[in-house]
Amino acid sequence: MELLQRFLKGEKPAIARVITKIENGTDPKLLEDIFPHTGKAYYIGITGPPGAGKSSLVNAIVPKLLENNKKVGIIAVDPTSPFSGGALLGDRIRMNDLALNENVFIRSMATRGSLGGLATKTKDVALVLDAADMDYILIETVGVGQVELDIAQVCDTTVVVLVPESGDAIQAMKAGILEVADILVVNKGDRTGADRLILEMKFAFELRVHNTGWHYPILKTTAIENIGIDELVSTIKSHREYLEKSGELEIGRKKKLVIRVNELIEERIKTHLHDYVIDQKQLKKMIDKAYDRKITPHYITDEIAKKIF
Amino acid sequence: MSKDIWKEKFSKLKERDINFSNLSKIKINPLYTPDDNKDFDYEKDLNYPGEYPYTRGVQPTMYRGRLWTMRQFSGFGTPKDTNNRYKYLLKHGQTGLSVAFDFPTLYGKDSDDPLAQGEVGKCGVAIDTLRDMEILFDGIPLEKISTSMTINPPAAMLLAMYIVVGEKQGVPKEVLTGTIQNDMLKEYQAQKTWIYPPEPSMRIITDILKYCSENVPKWNTISISGYHIREAGSTALQELAFTLANGYTYIDYGIKAGLPVDTFAPRLSFFFNSHLDFFEEIAKYRAARRIWAKLMKDKYHAQNPKSYLVRFHTQTAGCSLTAQQPENNIIRTAFQGLAAVLGGTQSLHTNSMDETYALPTEKAVKIALRTQQLIAYETGAANTIDPLGGSYYVEALTDKLEKLTFEYFDKIETLGGVVPAIEKGFFQREISRSAYEYQKSLEKKEKFHIGVNLFNEEEKNIDIELLKIPEEVEIDQKKSLKKVKKERNNSKVKETLIKLREAAENGENLMPRILDCVREYSTLGEMCGTLKEVFGVYKEPIIF
Amino acid sequence: MEKKIRILIGKPGLDGHDRGAKVIAAALRDAGFEVIYTGLHQLSESIVEAAIQEDVDIIGLSILSGAHMTIFPKIIDLLKQKNAEHIIVIGGGIIPEEDIKKLIQMGVKRIFTPGAPTNEIVDYINSIIH
Repeated sequence: MELLQRFLKGEKPAIARVITKIENGTDPKLLEDIFPHTGKAYYIGITGPPGAGKSSLVNAIVPKLLENNKKVGIIAVDPTSPFSGGALLGDRIRMNDLALNENVFIRSMATRGSLGGLATKTKDVALVLDAADMDYILIETVGVGQVELDIAQVCDTTVVVLVPESGDAIQAMKAGILEVADILVVNKGDRTGADRLILEMKFAFELRVHNTGWHYPILKTTAIENIGIDELVSTIKSHREYLEKSGELEIGRKKKLVIRVNELIEERIKTHLHDYVIDQKQLKKMIDKAYDRKITPHYITDEIAKKIF
Repeated sequence: MSKDIWKEKFSKLKERDINFSNLSKIKINPLYTPDDNKDFDYEKDLNYPGEYPYTRGVQPTMYRGRLWTMRQFSGFGTPKDTNNRYKYLLKHGQTGLSVAFDFPTLYGKDSDDPLAQGEVGKCGVAIDTLRDMEILFDGIPLEKISTSMTINPPAAMLLAMYIVVGEKQGVPKEVLTGTIQNDMLKEYQAQKTWIYPPEPSMRIITDILKYCSENVPKWNTISISGYHIREAGSTALQELAFTLANGYTYIDYGIKAGLPVDTFAPRLSFFFNSHLDFFEEIAKYRAARRIWAKLMKDKYHAQNPKSYLVRFHTQTAGCSLTAQQPENNIIRTAFQGLAAVLGGTQSLHTNSMDETYALPTEKAVKIALRTQQLIAYETGAANTIDPLGGSYYVEALTDKLEKLTFEYFDKIETLGGVVPAIEKGFFQREISRSAYEYQKSLEKKEKFHIGVNLFNEEEKNIDIELLKIPEEVEIDQKKSLKKVKKERNNSKVKETLIKLREAAENGENLMPRILDCVREYSTLGEMCGTLKEVFGVYKEPIIF
Repeated sequence: MEKKIRILIGKPGLDGHDRGAKVIAAALRDAGFEVIYTGLHQLSESIVEAAIQEDVDIIGLSILSGAHMTIFPKIIDLLKQKNAEHIIVIGGGIIPEEDIKKLIQMGVKRIFTPGAPTNEIVDYINSIIH
């Protein structure tokens, strides 16, 4: 298996090709081959509304993470157009400082089939980078509603980025943010409204403080001017330390494995149902009947379930 | 009512099955009548040429007094190559110079910079130090010629070089005439030639405004340019609205820097595009004059009537030229040039037919120059002032563009003004969208481009001669840069650069410091690099 | 999951004319491709590195500055050096016929000149990838 060997030697074209294969689902065995090599990297999620400066923030924090000869893998996720199935992936524009760094690997991903902001395959692609000996894996994605949860299910530390202008968006997101953010960042902190936003979020965050030993910090940055970046990186590091010391890292990662297994089971069942159990023609007939109000959706479900249970 | 009779007859007949709208997507009526100019008030809306609000022109005589300046933008290769081209153009009746710099120069980089590789002398002339500028203007008396320089982030340095060349020719800076583009706002919006972030860029610009108002009083300090906004894909309306909004922003910053509006506003000039839709373009120039005058008077309370004037240069639309059937470009350019003249331009550049392939050859440039000479001397278009004034159509279109421009001003205002709107990507997004929509409308054949989506021909080898820039240009230019660096007084260079840095840090006017650097033959890259250390660099936002 | 065509659109060198690059990028997205846009003023080295990490099928370069005879060969060369010759290079811009011929000989697959309709480019890409 030449590709795998080249991959394990850390050749970038091989890493890139393995990601493509995993993303396209064309070689299921690959994941098995690389899985034993995973579990070493530390996963950091960066999420927030559009225009919050997530890519700039990544561009700013990565050089600090690279210190002491560490390696960083970055996955930048952007939405697939629901109309064409295509995508415009532009996050690299903001990460050009990193483009030629030997210890950095950047991959842009489109969400493709998945409805949320996180590509269904992102979790597997992250594993690829983990196996490729990255010390840190950064996953950057637009956060709208559901996605923050997704990202938190992959990452050890989730950083939610807001900007003073994202006021309305935040209202809608507030519950989600509070659910998942380990660190909250108000970027473009030099703009008016930054301090008010911090105050607001502090207020809301206090509710969560009592549940764990982590104090849920709120930081102010101006990523393009490198302001507040040192503090953010050291906060990420101290969150890691906290997780490791309290044992929560292990608990959390096991929880994530459970979630992953559940997801895969669901996916498997769905595919199985779709491909082998449900007779699509028959289903269509029954749907027509349900449309005419002759049978109920529950009846249809029972009929299908009979084939399994 | 005879109009009703016409209407009825008209409605019974069939129209051609195309979308009758202009490039700003303004719907065009089949006929314009006095009903379309109902509130028309001659003195308020038009008035006489040279009178507020200047709709009909900025001078009382217009082309009856003096024709527009025929100014072909040119530059390529080494300073010596371009110097020869200038002498050729002047010999053939051109009346002003317009310098095109190569990309490294435009970005304030020296010819030996890694990013300059392959670009030296390609799209314009390479200038690294004062030495190059001395060669560029060798044998061209600066007191007799006006020179326009398309230069933005390093505008201060190139102006300083020009001033020093003048000094060496014995021409005092007080008599120098010309223009530097120096319009950074449209760079962030459209043309994308930037070094520093917007705020320090604006500070450099206000330093230039101040210095010139006191020392180079005949110099046009900013050429507020819609040309590049249009080339990047905007509509005529967006070109008009964004350019004027940028203009007012320079006024705001100048005032904020403590300059009384009448000390610098008269030295601002404009630069517009002339695109395919003939009447829309003419209306655009007329609307520009009227809008600018109105706000300069009512909002900025300028007293000097010269502050009210939109004096502008026009270039025909490079983006409207086609690689297919290139000879057609001569005709396109002729119509566009005529529109600019009917719109009252002060100077004109007509594009050459071969510009979708390479920089123009001497022959192509001569045809382009002849095109405007034809407009001037044969067509009669210059015989009377604003010949389309009073046309029901043109007046209605002028009004409409004015109204829509003010709507854009409101939108920009709600975003916090031009600079915040740039940071939010507003202009960039508007322009990108228009460009994409225009491309789609061509592909759907809602708009036509001959040779592209109509009357196409089987592609055959294009038999026009092309200008080649030899690879030796880069080698020669690097050699002469090396020579200058060896011969100059390097400790003096260092000293002046340190002073420049201090000025950047402590807020003192940069111009005198830059002049000192230039006199010691500091390179463009050294000067811009020094400022970069203080001001930082601009990063492109992600906008589609 | 179906395989998607991935294409990198790059603006090497110093020219800032990104109208064409952006119009093409949007058109390719609308044709169902995954388009990676790297932004302005890119070194050839960064473009090649990005193309490799993104495992794209095609690199599309837009050059209007006249530097095409320097940049295209450099990109082709770097791809060879990095064992990534499988990535197809195409381009567009202000490029004379004579130079196009030379570039094709050097290994550039196709050059589009101003006025090329976007659907022609889309069809072309589909035809060479499938």
